[in-house]
Amino acid sequence: MDRMRAPAASTVLILGLLSGGFILFMGAVGMIAAFHEREVVDRFISLGQLLILAAPFITAYFVARQLGERGEGLARTLLAGVIVGLLTALPSAILLLFNSDEFRFLLFLALRLSPFIAATAIAWGRHRAGDDARAVIGLWLLIALLVGIVTFSFALIFEIKGDLRSVLVNINRDWVEVVTFDNRKDLPRGIAAFGAVSIVAGVAGALLQRMPLAPRRALIYGLSLTALIGAFGETARLILQENLERDTIREIFRRDTLRQNAALALFVISTVSGFLWTIYGQRARDSFSGIGHSQRRSLIIVGVIIFVIFMLMLPWLIGRTLSDVAVTIGIFVLMGLGLNIAIGLAGLLDLGYLTNYAVGAYILAVLTSIGPLGLFKGTFTFWMVIPIALLAAMFAGFLFAVPVLRMRGDYLAIATLGFGEIIGKLAISDWLKPLIGGAQGVQAIPKPLFFGTEMKNPEQLYYIVLAASLVMLFVSIRLNNSRTGRQWMAIREDEDVATAMGIDTARAKLLAFTLSAATGGVAGAIFAAKVGTVFPNSFTVFISINVLSLIIVGGIASNPGIVVGAIVLIGMPELLREFSEFRFLLYGALLILMMIKRPQGLIPSKIVTHEHQSGVKPKLAAAD
Amino acid sequence: MFKWKTDEFSWVDFTIDVLRILIVLAVVVGAWNTLSSGRITFAQWVNLFAAGLSQGSIYALIALGYTLVYGILLMINFAHGEVFMAGAFSTVFLAEALNRTGFLNEQPLLAILIMIMFAGLVSMTVAILVERVAYRPLRGSPRLVPLITAIGASFFLQYTFRGLYGSGFKAYPQIKVLQGAISIGGINIPTVQIFVFGSALALMFALYWLVERTRIGKAMRAVSENKEVARLMGIDIDWVILFTFGVGGFLAGSAGVINGMFRPQGVNFFMGFIPGIKAFTAAVLGGIGNIPGAMLGGLFLGVIEAIGPNLVLAGLGIPGANQLKDVIAFTMLVLVLIFRPQGILGERLSETKA
Amino acid sequence: MAEKAKGGRERILEAKGMTKRFEGLVAVDSLDFYIPDGAIASIIGPNGAGKTTFFNCITGFYEIDEGEILFNGARINGRSPDQIARAGISRTYQNIRLFNNMSAIENIMVGQEPHLKSTWIGAILGLPSTRQEDELTEDRANELLHFVGLEGKGDMLAKNLPYGDQRRLEIGRALASQPKLVLLDEPTAGMNPRETIETTDFIRRLRDEIGITVVLIEHDMRVVMDISEHITVLDYGRKIAEGLPAAIQTNPQVIEAYLGRGAAAATMDH
Repeated sequence: MDRMRAPAASTVLILGLLSGGFILFMGAVGMIAAFHEREVVDRFISLGQLLILAAPFITAYFVARQLGERGEGLARTLLAGVIVGLLTALPSAILLLFNSDEFRFLLFLALRLSPFIAATAIAWGRHRAGDDARAVIGLWLLIALLVGIVTFSFALIFEIKGDLRSVLVNINRDWVEVVTFDNRKDLPRGIAAFGAVSIVAGVAGALLQRMPLAPRRALIYGLSLTALIGAFGETARLILQENLERDTIREIFRRDTLRQNAALALFVISTVSGFLWTIYGQRARDSFSGIGHSQRRSLIIVGVIIFVIFMLMLPWLIGRTLSDVAVTIGIFVLMGLGLNIAIGLAGLLDLGYLTNYAVGAYILAVLTSIGPLGLFKGTFTFWMVIPIALLAAMFAGFLFAVPVLRMRGDYLAIATLGFGEIIGKLAISDWLKPLIGGAQGVQAIPKPLFFGTEMKNPEQLYYIVLAASLVMLFVSIRLNNSRTGRQWMAIREDEDVATAMGIDTARAKLLAFTLSAATGGVAGAIFAAKVGTVFPNSFTVFISINVLSLIIVGGIASNPGIVVGAIVLIGMPELLREFSEFRFLLYGALLILMMIKRPQGLIPSKIVTHEHQSGVKPKLAAAD
Repeated sequence: MFKWKTDEFSWVDFTIDVLRILIVLAVVVGAWNTLSSGRITFAQWVNLFAAGLSQGSIYALIALGYTLVYGILLMINFAHGEVFMAGAFSTVFLAEALNRTGFLNEQPLLAILIMIMFAGLVSMTVAILVERVAYRPLRGSPRLVPLITAIGASFFLQYTFRGLYGSGFKAYPQIKVLQGAISIGGINIPTVQIFVFGSALALMFALYWLVERTRIGKAMRAVSENKEVARLMGIDIDWVILFTFGVGGFLAGSAGVINGMFRPQGVNFFMGFIPGIKAFTAAVLGGIGNIPGAMLGGLFLGVIEAIGPNLVLAGLGIPGANQLKDVIAFTMLVLVLIFRPQGILGERLSETKA
Repeated sequence: MAEKAKGGRERILEAKGMTKRFEGLVAVDSLDFYIPDGAIASIIGPNGAGKTTFFNCITGFYEIDEGEILFNGARINGRSPDQIARAGISRTYQNIRLFNNMSAIENIMVGQEPHLKSTWIGAILGLPSTRQEDELTEDRANELLHFVGLEGKGDMLAKNLPYGDQRRLEIGRALASQPKLVLLDEPTAGMNPRETIETTDFIRRLRDEIGITVVLIEHDMRVVMDISEHITVLDYGRKIAEGLPAAIQTNPQVIEAYLGRGAAAATMDH
């Protein structure tokens, strides 16, 4: 450790501890135990264990890359891998000790000592910085007191409650089981196993980074593909089920889990093909860029046709369960495209998008329901109500937009959030209960009819969503390149100047709000028809946050980005049920991370790409 | 197409004016109906008012965090409601433990003081972490960017605490001293309400003293006046900002404990969201960036929220008016933002105000 | 004092008793002034004299508290900025305010806003009239890019252009609305001597080739004296002098206003 140069050593330490903190956090919020339920490879590794291994593996990979850039040798890189592995295991191991009956005294010892340690460390720092003795002693006393109150309280809580689990609900047996690799009864052995596995993963990550390019890429490709298919085993099985014999499926999967042989085969195949691609792929790319302009154009057209056929065939390829997920994704794509008009193009951070969604859903529900709350008991059909829902949502959007037109950006966001909450509370209130059913909502919404057949299955509803999304995609592409789109962007960039250019900003903003509301209304109506009942619990702030997250993560103002964002953020929790409990944890983290590290999103819009490629900022003259 | 705007006439103004008239009309008619029906006695009004005042003092404590941060960074710390939740939710375990040992009822004052310190420090830590991780890297970017990270931080914190402590409600234990009521002029006011109001006032005075009388308070004011000049004067801006987040966090955490004494329905991970928005409303109501404004705004909102449903909504013949308490608060929010975004006492903003 | 520039032309812009206050501070104090049609006019004055406030009042950003502003004889105060822009006044900003994340050509296309008629429905349906207008807009934008010397840079994002190009793009955007009057706020700020001369020539071309009346706020006295035909001097929101460059240069009040403050002296012979 001390043979390493200081900066390198601190990189290893910091990243290693970050990785350890990550694993500890994942355990404490319950992710590790929850993911343990999902096996990636049958009787070999669970998703929770994969998570524990992935942290030191990936961290060591990046540490090795940094060390490589500094010209460190193989031995030190491997040592770094070992250290990263140890540090990853360390925080969770300490918590394991604190949690066990035999070693709980360590917890109390730590709690008793920490005020003194913290106070001394900080006071020592100030002393070194040259503060006078009285100030340092005062500081010491203050910190010891403050930290003391906290640690005393924690000690009291744990002493009274008996164990950690009564407070930290996820520091439970399941968690201990996973992190000790099934050695819950024998803690030292469990911790040793945990450390060993973590070290092996760290070393493996460091080694991988030191490999030559081609095998390295191939291995990364093979590992991640296998892990991905393993984790989404259920999805993979559902897709294969539509297309393969039952016996073949049974050889690949045990229930929803990849069998060991299948996983091995998958790993080998994907690694080999990855290897071939890194070697020969360049040639393919070269020959593609070598062909003429017209040829390339026709190739692209062929690609688009294949894609369209694929989209049309999708329900047959993936089956009922996944079609249902596809419909949900589609509804969110629709909402994403709609909200993007307000947020991405016009720069209006609308946090009350659920309002439009709720209006659309309730309008459809009340007008078409054949239940007690239906106003017309089946006179109106889905197709007749869709335009009504659209207009109603537009009208609602208009009503809510007028008051906020003059507001500054951040106030607008909060005001729209307020509107959303008002709508949510009204939907559940006794006041509107005779009309929309209060907490029970409106039931018995018939499915859409298509030339006499009831579109009751997700496979059929899929086409409605697909059509609506395509229409919206078309509209937003057209608007993007129009006078209206330019007006919006000008408002987004600088509202004052936009006004001075002769843009009636109030009107342009109103249009953005209304069009985005219309889309939300249609999405809500489709949602209502899909579910068959509409009740207030579906319309919470989380809808707005969902849509906001997928726009930000996918890429603001980028249409393909929104589609990818919806597939990842909406599809993943649907397909990986263990995950859905933690989706907002992930969304929150992603919103922060994206804004800090990659504000342009996963798939940036053309405009923003330019911006980030050339980071040269012109110097602005100082203001008067 | 009709002409959107002419010299003297604008549709936006017109719509807003109509809205204004409708609201005044609704308030007047509702209040008239209620008062003339005499459904609610004077004593009941006083009780509603007192309850509103105590609830409002909790809003005020949270609102101070918004206002302090806004005064310095001109940003809405949307995650502040979650800072409040962090303190309140963590301290419920301490309260249970103190109750189990009997200390809570033997030395209620000392116990509550310990709880307030604990909650305050927990919330402070959370607030400081949020500033450090989510806001500091984005300082100087357009206003909406930190707002988006703040929304992210808010949901991240909610679900982190849900993961840590579980998703169920947990109730603060009852303190015997605070049960019962005190009779003031023949009207019984619950002791707990007086306690809540009193301790909130004490904390507010402590803050006022901190900002007006201490060195760090002076530095805070200097930074909010003009960051560049403050930097030239040798003030460590980062430290002052961190301190401001810390103070706001401490107040929010202590508000969490006081709230726990006051509201028997208990705490959970989502408890901070709605009080957060309401406290923001209070901060804007009083004039964001304005410390006395936030205090007044909080009290005002609490009272409106308590009296509004009974006075106006019930008077308009709306059933279940008390369910719509939150609607009143959020309507206030929207109305303030529309009609008087500078607040009652006026914004105390220097620097570039857009 | 009010000599008429070049043979008694019409007054394109005129203000009477224009006053703007900010919470007790009088930024523009009962100002009377006029700009002759077809002139290149300058507003000068020490820092904080109220020059930019003056622009903001004319373009409708600030509502004036007293007085009136006439543009081609019609009252424009009380109108919103977009209406004033449509009436034929456009401007640039002291601290360049382009639409940063839009390309150069899009910036200019937005500038043509007052002459555009297509609607969002037309855009969605792809109506021929909308397409024609879009093509025309783009052609005109390309012409203007050429005019301001930015040909071939149309697809660059505004924020990625070098400083001088940004200034020119901003002027191009202001010209796109085919204004009768253009207000330039320190067009040569931050430029080196060669760029300054280019810009000066460019401003002359604006008037001579397109016939636009130009009003500039300028600190560089050489530029002011070189191209202005009419100068208004402001100090503390008041007009202290008005007239031809030669008269201004020798006006004792002007010299006092500048030299009376040490910091401003440098600006004078800068």
